[in-house]
Amino acid sequence: MGLTITEKILSKHAGREVKAGELCIVSVDGCMATDTTAPLAIKSFKEMGGVSLHDKNKFHLIIDHAAPAPNERIANLHQLMREFADEQGANLFDIGSGICHQVMVDNRKVKPGDVFIGADSHTPTCGALNAFACGVGSTDLAAIMLTGKIWLKVPHTIKVKLNGTLPMNVSGKDLALFVCKHLTISGATYQAVEYDGSAVQQLNLSQRMALCNMSAELGAKTGLVNPIGLKLPYSFSPVFADEKATYSKIIDLNVGNLKPQLAIPDSPDDVHEVMQFNGTKITYAFLGSCTNGRLDDLKTAAKILKGKHIAKGVRLIIAPASRQVLMDALADGTIQTLIAAGGTIINSGCGPCVGTHEGVPGDGEVVISSANRNFKGRMGNPNAKIYLGSPETVAMSALYGCITAP
Amino acid sequence: MIYGSTHIYGDNIDTDRIIAGKYTKTLDISSLATHVMEDLDPIFHKKFVKGDIIVAGDNFGCGSSREQAPMALKAVGVSCVISKFFARIFFRNAINIGLPVLEIPDHDIQEGDVLEIYFEQGKVFNKTKSKTYNATQLSGVMMNIVKEGGLVNYLKKYKTYQI
Repeated sequence: MGLTITEKILSKHAGREVKAGELCIVSVDGCMATDTTAPLAIKSFKEMGGVSLHDKNKFHLIIDHAAPAPNERIANLHQLMREFADEQGANLFDIGSGICHQVMVDNRKVKPGDVFIGADSHTPTCGALNAFACGVGSTDLAAIMLTGKIWLKVPHTIKVKLNGTLPMNVSGKDLALFVCKHLTISGATYQAVEYDGSAVQQLNLSQRMALCNMSAELGAKTGLVNPIGLKLPYSFSPVFADEKATYSKIIDLNVGNLKPQLAIPDSPDDVHEVMQFNGTKITYAFLGSCTNGRLDDLKTAAKILKGKHIAKGVRLIIAPASRQVLMDALADGTIQTLIAAGGTIINSGCGPCVGTHEGVPGDGEVVISSANRNFKGRMGNPNAKIYLGSPETVAMSALYGCITAP
Repeated sequence: MIYGSTHIYGDNIDTDRIIAGKYTKTLDISSLATHVMEDLDPIFHKKFVKGDIIVAGDNFGCGSSREQAPMALKAVGVSCVISKFFARIFFRNAINIGLPVLEIPDHDIQEGDVLEIYFEQGKVFNKTKSKTYNATQLSGVMMNIVKEGGLVNYLKKYKTYQI
């Protein structure tokens, strides 16, 4: 009997060997909250009798969901976060820093082997770094702020093996959508997903993050990648699953001939080949989010749009995932190419993905987005339709004014 | 005992439809009540009576980690949510804030059925149909959080987690 990556990481943090199905209390290496979840977490922390953080160095506040503040109500919540960070000496990543998950990776706040808990459902994004990264709500986070610990049921693990050499026009996002189609929106509820296989080993960190990010759309507690092939700008000791680890399910998918994938309204698991929807008129293309707002996503779009211009009647909104991404994309000319092609760059952060500001669609509009959710009303208007695709698909669709397979 | 009439919803009711992201950024929880279920069921407020019970299919509360989703349901006066199974973050959030949630994998509850719910025992009696359903047992730690009325009170009392 062996252990999965999740069982190994949780065992280490529980101080005893734990297996799937067991309850355990684990120490937390890092935790974070955003402007959607932090105000409630701070309130709960104080109501719990919290005076000072269990460990201020392990707690991070990120203002990313509605940044800069679009109204006085949110401005006051941002103030509350800033004041709390000041009072506690905690890390605050203010407006423009970027999306929490990317900010944590850029600033090395999450590392292989860590237990990392975020008050944001897409926290599994950081599973790409070989960490156990799991999303919770505000009050669970407040408890970590107070105690440095969380209780968890050790999840069973589904192994998803993606085999084959990825075609040129297929990215980590297409894999994520393809897995959503197979497992469905509730297919990994309460479980961990361990991605493996030759196609996954070829993915860089950014693509792995896109894949792990959408584990949230499977209902998973976390998503992790076999660390073979993982390259980080520092040395680390990878955590591998044992050969005889027990999985609740092993799914083998050949992706050698995979075509670009598209989630159609209103669910991320309603996935089809993009080409089936070629020609569907769009007026709004969004490139960004914690799924696909990284440098290689922007570069991919820039490659498609270089020297060209997006279609008349289409607006292309681009939100670099972090300040670091924005600076890198400025340094290599990516941003200039995207602007010249008619793109509009907005602040680094969640942008229009969460429907708060910076690009709410109008009634009847059709949006192609590189984000992770297309639930009704997700982008702030229940009368808009949202399609989800890769950065390649978003750029191609912006160029031609209709959904276009790369 | 929780007593109320039921409203039936389908599978995969996501947190965006329980409370849209544009309303979540507030500490004024009562303001959430106005917009709860807005994009899912525009007549929710016309038919909902304080104390009513929501009964859903699979995976209720999928999507975001926003604790405002169970808070909005609690604020409008939902007395209990029953689902065949819940999305994990929603389930934890609901228990943590003291919104009763019960997982009943197999039931035939219909719109308007009147239920008597014995939450801590995990028993639901359908008065309309004269039938009893058993809910999935909560884990020990969750039961203790429920007994204290939520995680804030639990940690006030115990200071740390106990399993």
